[in-house]
Parts: sequence; C-alpha cells; structure tokens
Amino acid sequence: MTSTSVRRHRATGLVVLLVALVATGVGYAAVTDTAQAAAPQVSETQVQQGRQLFLEGCATCHGLAAQGTGSGPGLIGVGAAAVDFQVTTGRMPLAAPAVQAPRKTPIYTPEQVSALAAYVASLGAGPAIPSASDVSTTDANLAEGGELFRTNCAQCHNFAGKGGALSDGKYAPSLMNATPTEMVEAMLTGPQNMPNFPNATLPIEKKQAIIKYIEHLQGSADPGGLALGSYGPVTEGLFIWIAGIGALLLAAVWIGAKVR
Amino acid sequence: MSDNHGTDLEVAEHGDAPLFPLPAHRHRSTDTDPKAARRAERQVAAMFGLSALCTIGFVVAYVAIPTDTFISLGPIGVLQLSNLVLGLTFGAAILLIGLGAIQWAKKLMADEEIVDERHPLGSPKEDQDAALEAFQTGLAESGFVERKLVRRTLIGALLLFPIPLVVVLKDMGPLPEQALNHTIWRKGSRIVVDVTGQPLRPEDLAIGTLVSASPADLAAVQEAEGNLDARAKASIILVRMRPSDIKSQQGQGWDYEGILAFSKICTHAGCPIALYQQRQHALLCPCHQSTFDLSDGGKVVFGPAARPMPQLPITIDANGFLVAQSDFQQPVGPSFWERG
Repeated sequence: MTSTSVRRHRATGLVVLLVALVATGVGYAAVTDTAQAAAPQVSETQVQQGRQLFLEGCATCHGLAAQGTGSGPGLIGVGAAAVDFQVTTGRMPLAAPAVQAPRKTPIYTPEQVSALAAYVASLGAGPAIPSASDVSTTDANLAEGGELFRTNCAQCHNFAGKGGALSDGKYAPSLMNATPTEMVEAMLTGPQNMPNFPNATLPIEKKQAIIKYIEHLQGSADPGGLALGSYGPVTEGLFIWIAGIGALLLAAVWIGAKVR
Repeated sequence: MSDNHGTDLEVAEHGDAPLFPLPAHRHRSTDTDPKAARRAERQVAAMFGLSALCTIGFVVAYVAIPTDTFISLGPIGVLQLSNLVLGLTFGAAILLIGLGAIQWAKKLMADEEIVDERHPLGSPKEDQDAALEAFQTGLAESGFVERKLVRRTLIGALLLFPIPLVVVLKDMGPLPEQALNHTIWRKGSRIVVDVTGQPLRPEDLAIGTLVSASPADLAAVQEAEGNLDARAKASIILVRMRPSDIKSQQGQGWDYEGILAFSKICTHAGCPIALYQQRQHALLCPCHQSTFDLSDGGKVVFGPAARPMPQLPITIDANGFLVAQSDFQQPVGPSFWERG
C-alpha cells in the first residue's frame, strides 16, 4: 500500500459520469444548434403570431390544435412547405367548400405566411420551405428534366404543363404561373390530390431539372400559334370539324350555287 | 336517234313531246351583257394574278423574315411571324388558283344545257354472236377439251398457286406463346425509380408518395428493339398509404408496410397510367377514364376496364431495398384472345 495517490478516489466514478453527462449534453446541444441554424430563423414571437392567425383564419376547418376536423385535414407534421404553398398561392384559406381549392390572390402578407408556416412547423416535423439554392436551376439539365417531367408529371399536368382533368370535377392545375418555390413545395408535400415526390425518391437536383423544363415550357412561345389549350386531339379535332369542315361545306355550296 | 351520244336540247325535242320537259334555260348575265362578262373576266384574272403575287411573296418572306421573330395576335396568341406569312402566302396562292378556276367555269365557260339520253346497255346482236364464235373457235383450236393432260396439269398448277400466299402468313408470327403471361419481374428483382435507376428503401416513400418504377435488370434486357417490350410490360407504380387505409389486396402480404406496387398499364386498352389521386387512392386512366381503387385490390370503380389493375407482390431484401416477391400473378395490360 505504498501509493495511496494512485488509488482512485471513491468519488472518481461519480465525477467521470458527471463529466460524461455534461459533455454529451453540451455536445448534443451544440449539434442541434447547428442543425437549427441551417434552417430559417424562427422566433418564438413568430410562432405565437402564427398561432393567433391560425386560430382566427384556419381553426374552423383544421381544428383548434390543427388536429383536423370533418371539414379539413389535420396539419400536424405537414411542414412549413405545405403551408407556404397553400397560402402563397391563395388556395388557402378556402373561399367556400369545393371539390378542389383553386389558385387565387393570396390574402395573407408574406410575413403572415411565414408566421403561419412557423406555427404549423412547430407542431411536428415536416418538409421545410425550400431555400434559394434548393430552387436554383443554374446547374440543372434541361433534357433530363424533360424526361423526368414526362415520366412523373405529364400524366396529370399535360405534356405542355397546361394541366388536365381528373375524376369528379377535380383537376391538375396549369403550371404556367407556378414559381420554382411553389413547384418544389408541391412536389415535396403533395397538395390536395397530388401524390408527393420526396427528395428520397426524387432528389433535389432532379427536381431542379424538372423546374428548368417547366420554366422552359413557360417561356416558350408557340411557333404555330393558337395552341387550343394544348389539349391535343380533343380541341384540335373539335376545331377542325367545325372550322375546317364548315369552310369546305361553304365552298361546296358556293361551287354548286346557280349563277344568274 | 340511232346515235346514242349526247345531243342538244333542240334535237331531243324532235319527237312528239319530250318525256321529261325541261324548264326554259335562263342565260347568265355574263352571257347577255358583255360588260358583265368583262367584269367576270377581270375578276378571274385578278385571282390568278394575286395567286402569282402570293407565290412571289412566299419566296420573299422565306428569304426576308428571320425565324426568331414572334408577333402577338391577341386571342390567337404569340406566334412565329415567318410561319404565319409562309402559310398565308402559300395557302392563298393555291386557294386563289382554285377560286379563279371555279369563277371562270361558273361565269364565263359555255352555258349550254345538254340532254344525254340513256341507251340499251347490251351490245348489238351481231357483236354478241361474233364474240361467242371467236370464243368457240379459240376453245376448239387450243385443244383444251381434247388434251386432258394439259388441262388437268394446268388446273392443278392454278390450285397450288395460292399456297405461297398462305405460307408467308407465318411471317406474322411467331405466336407470343407465354410472353403475354410473364414479365421480367421475378423473385428478388430490385425495384428502381424509372429514369434515374435509383434503388428504393421503404423509408424513402412517405404516405401519399407516388413513384414510377421498373426492375433493376431492365437495362440488361436485349430485344429486337432495345427493351421496349420488356419495359412496357414491367412498368409499375409504387404508392404508399396508411396500412389502415388498405381495404383489400390481391394477395395476402403483397404490400410492404403500406407500400403497394401495381402495373402501370391499363387493363382496358394498355395506356400507361400514373394519374394517382392520393386522397382517394384512385388511379385514373387518361385514355378512357377507367378508374382503379388501389386501396381495394386495384378494383375498377369507373370506366370501361373489365379487370382490376394487376398487383405486384413486394417485400425487402437483406440490404433493405424494395424487391419483388415474384412475377405478376396474372397477365398485365389489356385482355387478349387466349386469356379468356
């Protein structure tokens, strides 16, 4: 028993445990801090303001705690992206119960939308509002975007992005006025009847390629003019049956008319 | 009246009374008034002249108008100026030739009414007799009746002649045999995202996610035309719903935690479908509006399709990726003759 100094103190274990616990806690806090710093800054007042707006404008259908009612779906876990999409495109709040919410002039200011989004995001984790770099199409491949658009989007939104009919009066809206942020939000959250296309199945670079293609569609004039809604054979057939065959009939009447 | 060809009105009226009396012919103003005739002549010439100008205009427009010039025409929309002018000049050039020709015929060409009387359709007796005689002579001189060997070999050769036409029908084959009943999906085929080829884990799909997918080994398939047949048959969609929303499936345990795989090919006319309405779990075909309820075993809820959408049984492999449990248990796509 020469060296009591080497012998561990009775409290050593306890101290080590404490140090480890504190280190883990601090470390975890540091990590979560970084994670939160990456996301847009959300202040507690914003969440409070959003809650106030929610209770005034949304709770009638979505429930006082956003749990959903018979008139509207629950919003816990839908994320800020869903709120931003629905409210900035004016689809929400709904003017009247309808099969589908149409795009209209938004009634909330951007600040109010951010507050609402912050409140709903605080209820449960969901897709965040995409950042400017998320929707940047500088490095995107237009041709790949076209292929992805035709595989994943064209079946409902039409090959020219002009939208199309679904069942029972529902429809896929035209993409001609959609902004890149709205497109990413729609793909992430699947508004109304649209299925969602999360980044796990359709990575953000692929989404950017699709956006680049839709922007190309939005910007391209029709070399032939009179696209007739780009609906294909339905409107084109109707037009040629009425206008084209009508003109031929008139010509036949003229050729056969008796001359005085 | 032995001459049966067209005769004019006066000759036709030589008999006692015309069988079908015609109303008196009224002449056109261009027949009676030289001024009107000259006016009509000028109209026709103007149309032909204008047509020539349009043709020249076409060539000028082709050279002069750059293809990147667009103009806006109100309700018709924004369109390419060069296309517009080329179409208008070319169309007007041909149209004016036609209009001029019709105007010419209507106003200026001879305006006579002509009666063309019918005559007996049969040939005169002497012609018929001569033809019959010639045939009989030919029959006798050829020896067709006497020379039995020649006659029979000729008949035999003529009877055999159509056989090649039947034999070449084989080129319409080969018969599909079992090809319509199977796809390249098999036990353990990995499911990858269409176009990007990315393999999928169950956690990649959220509730309400739709993925157009194909088997991973599709790229290795070699057919006469790339892998179009295999791709057309093996295309699937993956959807995920809450397991509690699934009312029925085509087989026990064919989903993976609410992830369902269905053929992408409509059972009515074979259109590829991915119009998925995630709230109703409804898959709508754009061609004829057949609607399938994916939460209820792909049952047809509307439209002309007669059979449910075939479901592909799926599970995960040892690495956690989504794979097929087997091939489809029924043929995909529209019905066919042997399927019953």
